[in-house]
Amino acid sequence: MPADRQPTPRPAAGEKPPERAPEFTTVSGYPIRGLYSPADLSGHDAARELGLPGAPPYTRGIHPAMYRSRLWTMRQFAGFGSARDTNERFRYLLTQGQSGLSVAFDLPTLMGYDSDHSLSEGEVGKCGVAISSLADMEALFDRIPLGSVSTSMTINSPAAILWAMYLAVAEKQGVDWKLLSGTLQNDILKEYIAQKEYIYPPKPSMRLVIDTFEFAARHTPKFNPISISGYHIREAGSTAIQELAFTLRDGIEYVEWGVRRGLAVDDFAPALSFFFNAHNDFFEQIAKYRAARRLWYKTMTERFGAKLARSSALRFHAQTAGCSLTAQQPYNNVVRTAVQALAAVMGGAQSLHTNSLDEAWALPTEFAATLALRTQQILAHETGVANTVDPFGGSYFVETLTNEMEEAARKYIRKIDDLGGMIAAIEQGYPQREIADAAYRYQVSVDRKEKIIVGVNAFAGEETPIEILRIGESVREEQTARLGKLRAERSNDEVARQLASLRLAAQGTENLMPHIYSAVKAYATLGEICDALREVFGTHEEASVT
Amino acid sequence: MPAEKRIRVLIAKPGLDGHDRGAKIIARALRDAGMEVIYTGLRQTPEMIASAAVQEDVDVIGLSILSGAHNTLVPQLLELLKQKGMGDVTVLLGGTIPEADISGLKKAGVAEIFLPGTSTQDIVDFVKNRAAK
Repeated sequence: MPADRQPTPRPAAGEKPPERAPEFTTVSGYPIRGLYSPADLSGHDAARELGLPGAPPYTRGIHPAMYRSRLWTMRQFAGFGSARDTNERFRYLLTQGQSGLSVAFDLPTLMGYDSDHSLSEGEVGKCGVAISSLADMEALFDRIPLGSVSTSMTINSPAAILWAMYLAVAEKQGVDWKLLSGTLQNDILKEYIAQKEYIYPPKPSMRLVIDTFEFAARHTPKFNPISISGYHIREAGSTAIQELAFTLRDGIEYVEWGVRRGLAVDDFAPALSFFFNAHNDFFEQIAKYRAARRLWYKTMTERFGAKLARSSALRFHAQTAGCSLTAQQPYNNVVRTAVQALAAVMGGAQSLHTNSLDEAWALPTEFAATLALRTQQILAHETGVANTVDPFGGSYFVETLTNEMEEAARKYIRKIDDLGGMIAAIEQGYPQREIADAAYRYQVSVDRKEKIIVGVNAFAGEETPIEILRIGESVREEQTARLGKLRAERSNDEVARQLASLRLAAQGTENLMPHIYSAVKAYATLGEICDALREVFGTHEEASVT
Repeated sequence: MPAEKRIRVLIAKPGLDGHDRGAKIIARALRDAGMEVIYTGLRQTPEMIASAAVQEDVDVIGLSILSGAHNTLVPQLLELLKQKGMGDVTVLLGGTIPEADISGLKKAGVAEIFLPGTSTQDIVDFVKNRAAK
């Protein structure tokens, strides 16, 4: 029976009231009981399993005062068109009270192709900003002081190269790298699992990632060289528990590789950061974040012997769930985003991106992007939720769900250990299949109206189109002209020398960051550098799991 | 009882877009509904898709594009299909397609566009009804 036509149940005398459904589950399909009580927590050692915020096992938060000391960073993901277009949007968002930058790159950039490559046709500037060289990066951060603004860059396979460009811009601005604050997504494992923006095969890709860990530890102590991500895993259709488990297991894989490189855990683990989804099921999200902190603490101390507090205190960015946004009745998305953002805040996120109402249709208009930012500001300043730490701590429901999610995640982690680790699991298609199955199960439940999506399979109505952002083909034309000029004005001999040296180094085991940095400063393009590495590393093709 | 020829569907991901959740769900739903489904995998050029369509002798091509590149890639594919004598194949499109682009794409030859929120049953029914014509 459709949700908008249900009768009010009337119990007979002495009977328990009938419920609206035979069972209640989270959006992920996890069963939820009608009432949680002290009995659910019998045997639960709160002193050991919760402790205080800012102290092991960090369940309640990684700082003692959390938002009372400092609000989460309002870090809105933005990027479209040319570097100049995005620079304008960045500077606008900073004037509107955004506290950190987050760069969205276009698909050619994400996949290591210059804007004038044949495969870039139709794609330039459409999903993010087009960056083909250091010249574009310089334009992107024009009038933005990298010494005082922290920047997150959502880039994976070519992350080392975009990072080198960022470092070069900082150097030109006269900013000491030791002061640079920011994050590189650079989480290649989740690309094979979910986001699919891989270029090279797993082993050379991991080598590049560990090169960035090493380089960051030495040169950029305030920069997170990785954002180990669950967001995309959830977006691809996983359950919340799978998101939690696969993300932490990816983290374990990175730490193992770092240790195998010869790095001391406490030298690089403090710079590892995380990125989780903030989906619709409010309490499932809060429990997930709390379980993540506790499980990471236990993993880092028990499995890797980390000694520093900062090595085992999980810091995370959250983004509200893009996959929950509807094309129908797009203003409903403002409400979804607000509730999702609230969950992230109640769960102790360090930074947050809120989606715009129009993102099922296009990249955000300025109006929609502003409203998304205001959503965070209203939560921070008007609702009171930032006044105390971990407000749901002690809730029978939330503590039980936290415990259950931790235990369920451990099962998945053990399974992946048994398969030989995450890379082995990926090669066997294991996380990909889990995600595809979960995504299909969810779609079936939506098609059957077991899961209601307001405005889509219930409460649907007449649609009024909204104004959306359009990005034309002129960006590709402009970029092609810019690249022509760049190639004419730089020393092509120097570029050839740098690329040859990079190719040679890539065949060995030395850290590639210094080579990439030199190539970038000689104005070798992104495509040229990625192609040099393609020659040495080869490219990855996945065996699709449907 | 005469053997019914199963509807053959190619599900394709044109361009650089790697978002395959929808494409994979549709592939599975059509398979569950009794169709022969071939999924091309990611990052297919229009040439690769057209060649696969010929090779697999499909009745339907389902394209999934969330990258905004549809106005470039879809007309290119439609032109290639015509050149290869596959102009009769039913071409369907889903993904992030602005309302304003729909009529242009249909005029170019896309049979139907399925926006976010479409149920898999609606797509199954459309393909079956189309095949019955």
